[in-house]
Amino acid sequence: MTEAVDSGRVLLDCGDLDVGIGSVRVTRRFRLALRAGQCWCLLGRNGTGKTTLLRTLAGLRRPAGGRIRLGGEPLETLPRRTIARRLGILFQSQEDVFPATVLESVLTGRHPWLHAWQWESAADLQRAREALAFVELSGFEQRPLHTLSGGERRRAGIATLLTQDPGLLLLDEPTNHLDLHHRTRLLERLCQRARDRGQAVLMVLHDINLAARLGDHFILLQGEGRACTGTAAEVLTTANLEALYGHPLEQVRTRHGPAWLPA
Amino acid sequence: MNAARPALLLPALLALLLASLAVALLSGSVPIDPAQLWQPDSTAGRILWELRLPRAATAFTTGALLAVAGVLMQVLLRNPLADPYILGVSGGASVGALLALMAGAGRLLLQGAAFAGALLSTLLVFTLAHGRGSWNPGRLLLTGVVLAAGWGALISLLLSLGPDTGLRGMLFWLMGDLGQARWPWWGLLALAAGLAPALAQSRALNLLAGGDEQAAALGVNSARLRGLIYLLASLLTASAVTLAGNIGFIGLVVPHGLRLLGARDHRLLLPASALAGGTLLVVADTLARTALAPRQLPVGVLTALLGVPLFLVLLHRNREIQLRD
Repeated sequence: MTEAVDSGRVLLDCGDLDVGIGSVRVTRRFRLALRAGQCWCLLGRNGTGKTTLLRTLAGLRRPAGGRIRLGGEPLETLPRRTIARRLGILFQSQEDVFPATVLESVLTGRHPWLHAWQWESAADLQRAREALAFVELSGFEQRPLHTLSGGERRRAGIATLLTQDPGLLLLDEPTNHLDLHHRTRLLERLCQRARDRGQAVLMVLHDINLAARLGDHFILLQGEGRACTGTAAEVLTTANLEALYGHPLEQVRTRHGPAWLPA
Repeated sequence: MNAARPALLLPALLALLLASLAVALLSGSVPIDPAQLWQPDSTAGRILWELRLPRAATAFTTGALLAVAGVLMQVLLRNPLADPYILGVSGGASVGALLALMAGAGRLLLQGAAFAGALLSTLLVFTLAHGRGSWNPGRLLLTGVVLAAGWGALISLLLSLGPDTGLRGMLFWLMGDLGQARWPWWGLLALAAGLAPALAQSRALNLLAGGDEQAAALGVNSARLRGLIYLLASLLTASAVTLAGNIGFIGLVVPHGLRLLGARDHRLLLPASALAGGTLLVVADTLARTALAPRQLPVGVLTALLGVPLFLVLLHRNREIQLRD
């Protein structure tokens, strides 16, 4: 399987990437290639710059050095609209000042695909409804967004991303507010959907076991600019993970593969 | 969105506007027979074409300018309680106008001074609020509010130093007055020039209301759009202030009322605000000139008297709207 996903088209790649925020070094001469069909998980301690790296890859923040290419073109030369067709991002949290219904909010995902004076078509509406069904929010279309629970809003945010339908999906802690069922099954289906469509996923997670279950490739942000990347076999070792979190771990075998418990 | 209501909203508002214009034209100290409308040389015809119609047109234009500026300011500051006057635009215009009045300037110079004051204020906020990095609504709001307070102090200073004879004219200007209205050609032009680009960006405005980053992630160049709507809102406000002096609350009340009626999408909210804002000011001005006839009240006083209770009700309702999970 790893071989199959390693041969996919490169959606985003970066080289010599230096990222920093304040006095924190996030990456130094970092290299990465995200290919179609891959599901990457980004792990690291609090404050190592996982969100900053994600925002940099999304073109929302300039790197201190190095290059990022999206679909083979330099990211900084692309208009936001083009970027939004190729790459979408789910933020750690979302806030809404003005009232909107769930459907209105999810339909905003079509924005990069529409011209200035164009209204959403029936096909766009259909996409939004399918995305809502995917996150199990069918029937919530007309509900005001602010009446939803935290987890339901999170799923509405994921539905917006699916409606946007970019080639590369970046998710910053998608598990926030999600219950046990959704954090496993929904995210599994999300990764599978992306693989089926030749898309790629990169998500920040704090749960090693969920990451091991969902991901085929991993980035461990080790702090002070150090990072290691690779497949589960290459980087998900007990020693690596213990060093990553500075916490002793105990590896156990499960039917889904290895899992780690804090010792 | 409830599909039926928004589709009906614009025709309904248009009908209301036409009705309010008809009432405005037919009411006043001289009764007018609608049949005389097409005889421009009769006394009634001249009252209609040279006094009432320009005045009603000015009221409509000013109201529409203020309401559209209100929508834009609310998106810009990501604050549903923002108003075109909150960033000190009208304060700058008032100081300009008062200086012109004190110098005994004519009508044209007065308008020019008001417009220059509004633009100066805009420029000041634009330069000072633009910190390092991107725009920040909090910084913008704080700069604007502080600047507005400064203009307020200058206005008081000018009023206390000004000649007693000019005081009444100055006060009327500050309260908003349509008594001097002529055909508002360039106000209508400013309305068209402000509304068209805003409409072209209206879907992006929906996104910007949800935050810069979220909008950028969906393909909006947030910083550029912010700059554009700030300039548009300032142009619209400056034009409104120049036409009719200070008229409060239209920019706050109209967009909110329409949002409560279901016009949350800016593609609908912008044109609806123009129509409803214009209508509201036509109605307020008709009341201002007929309620205590033959005395004329400053229309700004009436919009505030209508606006304050509405605003308080909205604020009260907002307690529930802003409950977060």
